[in-house]
Amino acid sequence: MPLLAMKNITKTFPGVMALDGVNFDLCSGEAHSLVGENGAGKSTLIKVLTGVYRQDEGEILLEDKRIQPLSPFESQRMGVSTVYQEINLVPELSVEENLFLGRQPMKLGRIDWKKIRRMAEKALSRLNLQIDPSMPLSSFSIATQQMIAIARSLDISARVLILDEPTSSLDHHEVERLFSIIRKLKSEGLGVIFISHFLDQIFEVSDRLTILRNGQLIETCEVSRISRLELVAKMTGKSIEDLKTAQPYSGKKGTNIGKREILKAERLGRKKDIAPFDLQLHEGEILGFAGLLGSGRTQAAELLFGLKQPDTGKIKREGVEVSIRSPQKAVQYGIGFLPEDRKTQGIFPDLSVRENIILAFQSKKGWWKPLSRKKQELITKNFIETLQIKTADMEKPVGQLSGGNQQKVILARWLASQPEIIILDEPTRGIDVGAKAEIESLIHNLCSEGLSIILISGELEEVERNSHRIMVFRDKVIVSELEGENLNLPNIMKLIAEGEANPRETIQA
Amino acid sequence: MKLKIAAKNIPLLATISVFVLLFAGSSFFLKGFFSLQVFINLFSENAFLGIAALGMTFVILSGGIDLSVGALIGFSSILLSRLIMDIGIHPVIAFAIVLLSGVILGTGMGCLIHFFNQPPFLITLAGMFLARGLGFVIKMEAMPVRHEFYKQINALSLPLGHTAFIPFTAFIFVILAVITWYISLYAKFGRNIYAMGGSEQSALLMGLPVRRTKIGVYAFSGFCASLAGIVYSLYTFSGNPTAGTTLELDAIAAVVIGGTPLIGGIGSPIGTVVGVLILGVIQTSIMFQGSLSSWWTKIVIGILLLAFILLQNLFQRKL
Ligand SMILES: Nc1ncnc2c1ncn2[C@@H]1O[C@H](COP(=O)(O)OP(=O)(O)OP(=O)(O)O)[C@@H](O)[C@H]1O
Ligand SMILES: [Mg+2]
Repeated sequence: MPLLAMKNITKTFPGVMALDGVNFDLCSGEAHSLVGENGAGKSTLIKVLTGVYRQDEGEILLEDKRIQPLSPFESQRMGVSTVYQEINLVPELSVEENLFLGRQPMKLGRIDWKKIRRMAEKALSRLNLQIDPSMPLSSFSIATQQMIAIARSLDISARVLILDEPTSSLDHHEVERLFSIIRKLKSEGLGVIFISHFLDQIFEVSDRLTILRNGQLIETCEVSRISRLELVAKMTGKSIEDLKTAQPYSGKKGTNIGKREILKAERLGRKKDIAPFDLQLHEGEILGFAGLLGSGRTQAAELLFGLKQPDTGKIKREGVEVSIRSPQKAVQYGIGFLPEDRKTQGIFPDLSVRENIILAFQSKKGWWKPLSRKKQELITKNFIETLQIKTADMEKPVGQLSGGNQQKVILARWLASQPEIIILDEPTRGIDVGAKAEIESLIHNLCSEGLSIILISGELEEVERNSHRIMVFRDKVIVSELEGENLNLPNIMKLIAEGEANPRETIQA
Repeated sequence: MKLKIAAKNIPLLATISVFVLLFAGSSFFLKGFFSLQVFINLFSENAFLGIAALGMTFVILSGGIDLSVGALIGFSSILLSRLIMDIGIHPVIAFAIVLLSGVILGTGMGCLIHFFNQPPFLITLAGMFLARGLGFVIKMEAMPVRHEFYKQINALSLPLGHTAFIPFTAFIFVILAVITWYISLYAKFGRNIYAMGGSEQSALLMGLPVRRTKIGVYAFSGFCASLAGIVYSLYTFSGNPTAGTTLELDAIAAVVIGGTPLIGGIGSPIGTVVGVLILGVIQTSIMFQGSLSSWWTKIVIGILLLAFILLQNLFQRKL
């Protein structure tokens, strides 16, 4: 008898059939992955299960009893604990309160804050998080917030644990930590539903997987019975032969890197954020930033984009010293920045796909010179095709797209604004495998047209595959630069992991 | 790191220092102002404003607004007069009826806001017209209350030494303030209000009882407003359908000056108490001064409100 069964679930939104008669079941002690492209219906299935949406048809059985949760509150009470794709915590409140909101320990009819502190410390240490639980949530990075959301869900004594892309901003240490906890929970009889676009993670942690495509159930099978290629084929609906020629992205890096130094930083640094560093970026070059979370990669980018002010050093744009005091200034100097935290920085959920994409381009051009509607539609159509943005039409509010498709829209916005330099912080996070390859090839095309790129990614393979040169970050210091034949995965890993005294000398191009 | 925690308290500290400054300034310039009794009277004379403002605090913390509180005070006070004088019900039972009607109105508005997903501004505006209109239906003009019980209650006051005493109305205000503070900090309901004001979407996905909390907040505000009506009636020995006109705006001002911004999610009932006291000090000192017209009170409140909004804006950008 399965722990949980969803039978023949159908859910439509205006213009979209998000789920079309989907069956899904989960046994106790099992980790079951949901896989599919962006917009396949994974999150919708979770939201139906947890009472955020109500299905049009079909039924849900928990331990053979029919249930119909009408809100996440009810589903939690039935023993279903969920981390939604959107981070769902309250930024103004403290970490400890976020962990225990709604189920605070009580003593003599009042909330026992002392106990909350103790429990919070325990819950955080379980995930190896060393942070002060009394700080407001908003003071932490997006990755830490994601860990806190996971900590909250793990602490609810549940029968079913649902994790919708919990690992999108985590690095492999944290993922390992999470997985070992998942394994332990499984052995205690919990059922776990796991969603991710990292196929490695899916193969590592799950027992079975269910493939969705366009709201339809394609297959449920044991993980050991399916190969990666087959999986991708079933997700995308392409034939294996097609995939073999197209996948993985061949990683042909553009070769026409100009001599022109388009951006240069000299001893640029900021106390506590990043030690002073030098950086050169050439025309048409892709410069990778590799390093663990919190190693300073994002902080370095923030200095270059004027989000934070350096205490030392200077920035030169084509040889001329410039002061980038604000993002507006940076945009004027032709620099674009796709931020890491796209869920809160950058989406205008009520504006349409077209309006969201046109935004940066239009503001750069000046609002007094409006783009013609036709031109706007042309640009939008172009990006919808190249990035495979899944939307019923371009006038749909972005808030109604699936998580991954929202990410693509923001990426499109920055690319549409035609900067000379673009900093991409985790550009493919939350984006499915097929679209990832498309985005990578788009990046390379733009580069060969002269765009310079700084690429930040926690996925080392991605940086390695795409960059001409890599700067490796460790503990807020740039420890080395790799180029040419030294630019390979083992070297990067070695540099990140090791604490050598002066690695700059040991590996030289 | 340390600084940020302090940043959270800046609005409250600012409110308290403004109050201390105003009180000290008035004491310095106005003869006879500095006394315990003047301080205590700030509580009693502003009790009904304060009580309504405490209810308003929860509403604003949750990210909403309640425009009906002033009208509900008028409605409650005139209903009391009719119930006690014309129908001859004992005041205690009349109080219960009035409180119940306040809670019902609040709950009704909360339900409309939640179930029909309507903006609180509009729903409570309608509630305001409804309550005000009903007040006039009950009676067109003011009506006194003469009852032994009223006299007994008003006689209840706690002497403080030889020179001062705490009137009954001040007690109600202070007790309610303590209760709301306690709820805001030690009850799940209170913490859910903060979560909802911070992000309603998150509160929902975290599995918090959003519906219950939202409706509860308006019910509580309705309760407070009708309690304020009772205090008004006790304090003035009368009911008046026009009582509390534009009081909702004073209450909102007190809440905002007290460090709870209109977007919700941060602030506290303690701040609101100080906010009410600030409004009270301004009013009292202008009365003490004697030659200035009472409209100056409004001007000073306007300036203060602006200053506080700017301060909050500054502090939010810092965070
Ligand atoms: N609230 C909504 N209103 C309208 N359409 C919606 C809404 N939520 C989802 N959809 C649509 O339903 C479809 C499935 O979306 P869903 O979020 O389930 O995708 P997903 O598989 O989770 O994708 P991703 O990997 O990008 O997160 C999409 O086409 C999306 O546009
Ligand atoms: Mg999703």
